[in-house]
Amino acid sequence: MDSSVKRTILFLIFCVIGAVFIVRLVFLQLLDDSYLRSAQNNVLQEQTIYPARGLIYDRKGELLVYNDAIYDLTVIPEQVKNLDTTVFCKVLGITKNDFIAKFEKLKRGKGYAPYRPSLFEKQLTIPMYAAFQEKLFDFPGFFVEVRTDRKYKHSNAAHIMGYIGEVTDRDIEQSDGYYRMGDYMGISGIEKTYEKDLRGVNGVRYILVDSKNRTQGRYKEGTFDTAAIAGKNIALSIDQVLQDLGEQLMRNKTGSIVAIEPSTGELLALVSSPTYDPNLFIGRDRGNHYMELLRDPTKPLFNRPLAAPYPPGSIFKVLESLVGQQEKVLTPATSYACHHGYLFVGCHAHSSPNQLRGAIAISCNGYFCQVYRSIVNNPRYHRVEEAYNSFHDHVASFGLGKRLGVDLFGEGAGFLPPATYYDKVYGRYRWQALTTLSLGIGQGELGITPLQMANATSSVANRGYYITPHIVKAIAGKPNPNPEYNVKHWCTVDTSYFPIVIEGMQDVVERGTAYIARIPGIEICGKTGTAQNPHGKDHSVFFAFAPKDHPKIAIAVVVENAGFGATWAAPIASILLEQYLTGKHDTRPALVERMLNGNLTHRDDSIPATKSETF
Amino acid sequence: MIQSQQQNLKPFSIDWLTLVLYYIFVVGGLFCIYASVYKEDHPLIYDAGMNYGKQVIWIGISSFIGLLILLVDEKFFYAFAYALYGIAIALLIAVLIMGTSFRGSNSWIEIGGFRLQPAEFAKFATALALAKYLGGFRIKFTERKVQYISIGMILLPMAIILFQNETGTALVFGSFIFMLYREGLPGYFLFIGFMIALMGVLALIVPPLYLIIAIGVIAILMLLFIRRNRQNILIVFGVALAFIIYVGSVNYMFEHVMQAHQKSRINVLLGKEVDLKGAGYNVQQSKIAIGSGGLTGKGFLQGTQNKFRFVPEQSTDFIFCTVGEEFGFAGSVGFIVMYLLLLWRVLFIAERQRYKFNRIYGYCVAAILFFHFTINIGMTLGILPVIGIPLPFFSYGGSSLLSFTILLFILIRLDANRINELQGSFE
Repeated sequence: MDSSVKRTILFLIFCVIGAVFIVRLVFLQLLDDSYLRSAQNNVLQEQTIYPARGLIYDRKGELLVYNDAIYDLTVIPEQVKNLDTTVFCKVLGITKNDFIAKFEKLKRGKGYAPYRPSLFEKQLTIPMYAAFQEKLFDFPGFFVEVRTDRKYKHSNAAHIMGYIGEVTDRDIEQSDGYYRMGDYMGISGIEKTYEKDLRGVNGVRYILVDSKNRTQGRYKEGTFDTAAIAGKNIALSIDQVLQDLGEQLMRNKTGSIVAIEPSTGELLALVSSPTYDPNLFIGRDRGNHYMELLRDPTKPLFNRPLAAPYPPGSIFKVLESLVGQQEKVLTPATSYACHHGYLFVGCHAHSSPNQLRGAIAISCNGYFCQVYRSIVNNPRYHRVEEAYNSFHDHVASFGLGKRLGVDLFGEGAGFLPPATYYDKVYGRYRWQALTTLSLGIGQGELGITPLQMANATSSVANRGYYITPHIVKAIAGKPNPNPEYNVKHWCTVDTSYFPIVIEGMQDVVERGTAYIARIPGIEICGKTGTAQNPHGKDHSVFFAFAPKDHPKIAIAVVVENAGFGATWAAPIASILLEQYLTGKHDTRPALVERMLNGNLTHRDDSIPATKSETF
Repeated sequence: MIQSQQQNLKPFSIDWLTLVLYYIFVVGGLFCIYASVYKEDHPLIYDAGMNYGKQVIWIGISSFIGLLILLVDEKFFYAFAYALYGIAIALLIAVLIMGTSFRGSNSWIEIGGFRLQPAEFAKFATALALAKYLGGFRIKFTERKVQYISIGMILLPMAIILFQNETGTALVFGSFIFMLYREGLPGYFLFIGFMIALMGVLALIVPPLYLIIAIGVIAILMLLFIRRNRQNILIVFGVALAFIIYVGSVNYMFEHVMQAHQKSRINVLLGKEVDLKGAGYNVQQSKIAIGSGGLTGKGFLQGTQNKFRFVPEQSTDFIFCTVGEEFGFAGSVGFIVMYLLLLWRVLFIAERQRYKFNRIYGYCVAAILFFHFTINIGMTLGILPVIGIPLPFFSYGGSSLLSFTILLFILIRLDANRINELQGSFE
């Protein structure tokens, strides 16, 4: 082929492309006038339509959280013209320096562009909003955007609800473009866990505005608009009445209550005390409120039921009884004598000797030290650590010493010492049952969270399995949204070993240490505990489930620095059981009154004070 | 004869038409850059801090460098072609290791307030090296070995630039296929290149299974109509299989290798995704701006789209918007025709060279300019994906203006020598 022909071919290709461009220009510029209309002295503006966040209900359909309108002031910096700053600042109640600082901060923000709306001032008060609406024409470039914030109908269950807050730069980066500066998202609690369900999907509206920011109409008749999809409503497994009563009973006390429906693993109540009003985290002052709560020495933000580890005290004896039987070192007929304790572990005065059932009922320390010893020094195993590991694994199968996987953030693992831990402390082969004897009565290094206590109770109530505790009951009307929460986790103790222990637990309430918790007509099985506390007075612990057959509720109560389990924890649990099972709690008004009014907040301060006077 | 080798450049030997076109684009570009950032608030024409202020400086620098090129002995480019190529490759690697990240790519060197992009300079360096190699004595492109080496010379900078995350610039090197065609690459390679591009796009729109079935059906139909000897059957099946593998790998690349922003740009273009916020926003705004220009445009500095929410990067990649909006259909068509005129002129100059080196270099220049022209205006008009490459001579950007100036002025210099040679031979 002649080379100049090749040149001609190449140039023809160039011309074809040029012709394609010209044809395209004919369409864009001459034939299709919609672009002209779009642009005729108009500017395309994008408005985000925020969907309503999902509502939150309790297990009975009682509304807990709803939405309330709030007004944000946004600005498109490029459109700000001839602004009378003095008037503007007066309406907003800020100084001119604040105004300049705000603008500087805006410009440093992520995704800032002079032609895009940025959040200038969030959550205007109603009078501010009114004043602004009136003067908006004087402030071109500024707009008031309506969005919704949360309202908590009952002002309780703050730790469950969590709160929503403005997204951080990191959230924006990680969200793959969903969040924008000034958006809100769940920061903790249920708002965080189920953020994706609750938030819905933002919609977008494209409108045309003229250079003076007056709306001229929809862009391309709204072809590109997307509707906002409202967030899904969530039903919690919480019983609002029970939760509220629990919080009232724990007022002026420090501690936790966890109530679970054993057959489903649903959390019925989750009380952390001291608590706070979730409505504090709404509105313009939420930052200040947050700082106040953060500085509060009683740590109201700490989610105790999920994260605070306690030595469980005597309630651990229930698990030992089960493990002992499984390891064949204990039968219901095993009898040990107790002479006010065993070696260095003391015991209170009671009849002796006892068989298993009786030992549980009177919580005999001596008996359970022997049981613990026979488990750990079990001759079936070659070494102590093998026996101990076997014990450790049995106990762990009740959900102790690990995170259970509840659908709330901030869950702690607690601590169930493995054999290697004692190897480290005492040296390998240099420890045995007697070295770690305090474990036999649920003291020592053990750390169990109230959630784990309740879960263990639930396992006993179910005669050998638990379902991971969770707080969601239904999402958008669909029950049991998470299949993980249908799985039965079987403990390594056979079902046949449970009845005798449960009999013993019933005796605890009927005639044993927790007689105070007895409710005529309801078969309650429980166990008191008094958790030794190296930092102050012992913690009062009680766990129970009821009724004995087909249990409907398992509960664990911890009251910090309150002494014996029977003094505070057991009566509080009893009142809650009565409320949940009968719907009322009015049979023992004096007891209820005493629990409601009990104030344990200043005890810690007073005890050291008197001591120092004595010495 | 010794005298003639040392002859100096004569002003009349320069191709003045090219030079005039060059300055029309450069100065026109400056006005459009000014228009794209123009605000009533600051109507000053010169402000060194603004884009157009910087562009004035860059035009000065480019003119100076251009003049230097015209004064250099033309043997210089031949002699140093490989050295320049080597330096460009070294710079590319250096930037890959320690370059500054800017606009999502890792390909910039910052000197003072200006950013330089070595990838821009790799273009003319590669063109020179290719010209020297293919223009060499007894080198014929039809030889297998020559083909491999020259394609390797193209792929090397291309690969490094791909690693810098500058897909657009890397693709520019593919435009050398036009030069290879001129030098003896069979014509059907252009056709295959076109088919590959078409199949690539189809692979993203049509579900791959349908496409594979279609390829199979076409192959079978072809077999029905051609002579069915062993060779033909093998070729048809081989090509069909190659396309099926290609379609599959395009899909795989798209799903697994491409980054999210590249995927969404392509999806938006193919109409699979409507996204007025992200990738679609530029194009949508660009179309509004151009579409609103009408027949005669709104007039210089009267484009409303510029003043408020102009297309991001309007002064660099979307500069054609300004032409479309302010000078309308008439201005846009005029612009395109002028650009074609420049391309024709470059081809014309290339073809009149006596030396292969000069000719090959000329075709490289035409190919590079054409590729930029096609991709840039194509994306502005919303018919090609948003690949951020500038419009030569017109877009804002020192690095690109300087490199295109060097690219073009070397050709002018080489061409000027042609006349000297003629005169020399007459003496």
